[in-house]
Amino acid sequence: MISETLVELSRLQFATTALYHFLFVPLTLGLSFILAIMESAYVMTGKQVYQDMVKFWGKLFGINFALGVTTGLTMEFQFGTNWAYYSHYVGDIFGAPLAIEGLMAFFLESTFIGLFFFGWDRLGRLQHLLVTWLVALGSNMSALWILIANGWMQNPVGAEFNYETMRMEMVSFAEVLFNPVAQVKFVHTVSAGYVTGAMFVLGISSYYMLKKRDLPFARRSFAIASSFGMAAVLSVILLGDESGYEIGDVQKAKLAAIEAEWHTEEAPAAFTLFGFPNQETMQTDYAIKIPYVLGLIATRSTDTQVTGIHDLLDEHEDRIRSGMDAYGLFTQLKAGDKSAETMAAFDEVKDDLGYGLLLKRYTDKVVDASEEQIKAAAKDSIPPVAPMFWTFRIMVAIGFTMLLLIALSFYHSARQSIDRQTWLQKAMLWAIPLPWLACEMGWFVAEYGRQPWSIGEVLPTFLSASTRSETDLMLSIAGFVLFYTGLLIAEMYLMFRYARLGPSALHTGRYHHETGGHASGAAVAQPMQSRKDKA
Amino acid sequence: MDYETLKVVWWVLIGVLLIGFAVTDGFDMGVTALLRIIGRTDNERRVMLNTVGPHWDGNQVWFITAGGAIFAAWPVVYAVAFSGFYWALLLVLFALFFRPVGFEYRAKVDDDRWRLLWDTGLSIGGAVPALVFGVAFGNLLLGVPFHFDEFMRSYYTGSFWALLNPFALVTGLVSLGMLMMHGATWLQMRTTGDLHERARRWGASLAVLVAALFALAGVWLWLGIDGYVIVSTTKDTAGVITPLDKTVAVEAGAWLANYSKYPLMMLAPVLGFVGLAGAAAMSMANRSALAFIASSVALAGIILTAGFSLFPFIMPSSLNPDHSLTAWDVVSSTKTLTIMFWVAMVFVPIILAYTTWGYYKMWGRLTNEFIEENKYSTY
Repeated sequence: MISETLVELSRLQFATTALYHFLFVPLTLGLSFILAIMESAYVMTGKQVYQDMVKFWGKLFGINFALGVTTGLTMEFQFGTNWAYYSHYVGDIFGAPLAIEGLMAFFLESTFIGLFFFGWDRLGRLQHLLVTWLVALGSNMSALWILIANGWMQNPVGAEFNYETMRMEMVSFAEVLFNPVAQVKFVHTVSAGYVTGAMFVLGISSYYMLKKRDLPFARRSFAIASSFGMAAVLSVILLGDESGYEIGDVQKAKLAAIEAEWHTEEAPAAFTLFGFPNQETMQTDYAIKIPYVLGLIATRSTDTQVTGIHDLLDEHEDRIRSGMDAYGLFTQLKAGDKSAETMAAFDEVKDDLGYGLLLKRYTDKVVDASEEQIKAAAKDSIPPVAPMFWTFRIMVAIGFTMLLLIALSFYHSARQSIDRQTWLQKAMLWAIPLPWLACEMGWFVAEYGRQPWSIGEVLPTFLSASTRSETDLMLSIAGFVLFYTGLLIAEMYLMFRYARLGPSALHTGRYHHETGGHASGAAVAQPMQSRKDKA
Repeated sequence: MDYETLKVVWWVLIGVLLIGFAVTDGFDMGVTALLRIIGRTDNERRVMLNTVGPHWDGNQVWFITAGGAIFAAWPVVYAVAFSGFYWALLLVLFALFFRPVGFEYRAKVDDDRWRLLWDTGLSIGGAVPALVFGVAFGNLLLGVPFHFDEFMRSYYTGSFWALLNPFALVTGLVSLGMLMMHGATWLQMRTTGDLHERARRWGASLAVLVAALFALAGVWLWLGIDGYVIVSTTKDTAGVITPLDKTVAVEAGAWLANYSKYPLMMLAPVLGFVGLAGAAAMSMANRSALAFIASSVALAGIILTAGFSLFPFIMPSSLNPDHSLTAWDVVSSTKTLTIMFWVAMVFVPIILAYTTWGYYKMWGRLTNEFIEENKYSTY
């Protein structure tokens, strides 16, 4: 039997490396589109400042992108190194979107990123613009396939268990592709990336404005980022709500944990705005509730109930019992009893096989599990409430804060009054970490809320781990800590250095640190002649 | 297509991806492995890095996609090999960490220690994975200590140090040497002056060295290493079958059996040697493009030789030979293999098309002067 410590260490390693990877992904998703928009402005107007913007923000993009690629490799390796049984059990379905991601998206993004950086003198203006758009398209398609894979972990449609090969196999690729959970996750996640890109450009541009440097450059960057950000932040909130609607349908335990919905209430359920969820007593202390709101969000109706944790526990207990039957029949099939009755009986209950496997944490003899073991397994089937409750609320609060900040930025940018709003500039500068915080919280809600399953209702997380030793895991975690700390220091050092330098980093002779602060960039806003720009 | 054909097709496709990886990413890994050997000044090193600058990222996706394709088409191999070769894989991963950041960050700070740090990192990022891949192939030929339980959970009982046995070190050196040779032929095509001359000398010498090591590995395999043979199966290899459904014997000389059974397979080692001879000769004759092509042929020949020798085995088990992984019993379902086949058929040609366009646009020799003029925008 696999030790609990090994599983915990494997989870810790996956969670930390994924959260770390996800520090770099959202900015890539958002900034690639902002670069494409800036370059479109350059091609349409011919103004040099737009090309300088693409090149400068492109430098920051490159610093971030390098770590995105580096840490992405870890994720691909880790399914095999640490989650071998998972890879065997669902590789037939889960591997496909990952491989397609490589072929359809990552090749595109990575090939054209090289041309983006090195092709300025080699490509025509339209060619280079196309290259930039393809980078943006590639990175976003990459997210699509990864979230199709992730969506399937949350809601494993289009697949069936095959007792002969001892794994899940694909029944309908179309169902995997058009998995509603994957679709809403994709749009919500890429929108979060767009907001991240916008907040990043808004914050750093504000810094130049506060320093009264390179103002035309900063204002134009600010304007593009605020309009892009406005659209993005609206969609991230609306699509997040859509996401709530979808999980309400397929991941009832996750929704119940997020909302600390201990008991099924009469529809439409109230939304708990604030409180202290208590797992022991199964109630929320000092709860502040808004009537009707949860029911409306989760069910989009006034008469459908949101199932509470107590009822889910009962429901899951029944499914565990049915899963014990499934496991027994599966053992018979494997032993060679392939009579029509056994097969028919197995088909009847095989959707509950995963619930039967939950018992494997407590006993190898699943069919003989005791009442206490069944109760314990049922209790495992609900993710811990307090962490879910809080991370979700922090994410939402940050989302609305950013909506406010971006709306103000957009308003003042459109009114051309942003120069006078130093308080807003300061706020935007200090708000730079917010989208990252929200993204990480969102990741946590999605993945911690999936527990105890690695594949929802199919494969428990504790069965998914590789059979390695605890020492292996501890040493590899130490290796990751060492490398990731060093890499983060190098990345942040460069990011701060180049962000502080600003467009002077391009060495065009047109910006603050090279002009001694005199010609604060007025000349660059002129239409460009056919000048070959080497830097 | 029926299941059996699909199984063979996927063996070929994984081979194509691995060869694609070696021919493309191989040269940029070779270039970085040679970085501190051939590049004597900061400027020379920058020339070397900038010859691969626009391409290494795309090239690396061959590796990533090969990994993804193994996950999708051979999930059992992905599970057993990645968890079994745990520390070897982590070593590769940690070495690869240096590449994206090394390329991207090196030139961003004008400081000798900073640049030396990333130069060392880039050299590790090129040399270590090349060596480990070869060591892994050597261990596949020797058999790997793993077995399954009845639920298809795999257990690996070997240690990391056991992977570093003499035969595997020879195959590791073949792999490292051939990618460095490949990098040297690339540099011949894309540089001028001293750098070009040094790359020619290194290309020729490495080709000769690799030929000797490749021959040594071949003789060793023939005389000193037992191969694996499928004796019988309880299920048809053309249908649904798992690694637990067969009996396997270990026999002396069995790894060479395929060459008498299918004499055309002899083409692989022949291509290997012809390519190596060509790479050496063309480097000496200063025909850089031909040297690079010959080097690519050598890579394909050497990788195919390993694949053909093992076929249909992919990862034999020394602990319980019956549990060995073969091309018949590690595959995904017919449905997944079919879908992925069509995806590959559509996208690989598209990838080749835009990759070629990228190379075409960036073609030409780089000089020290070019780096000096563009020092703020290049690697």
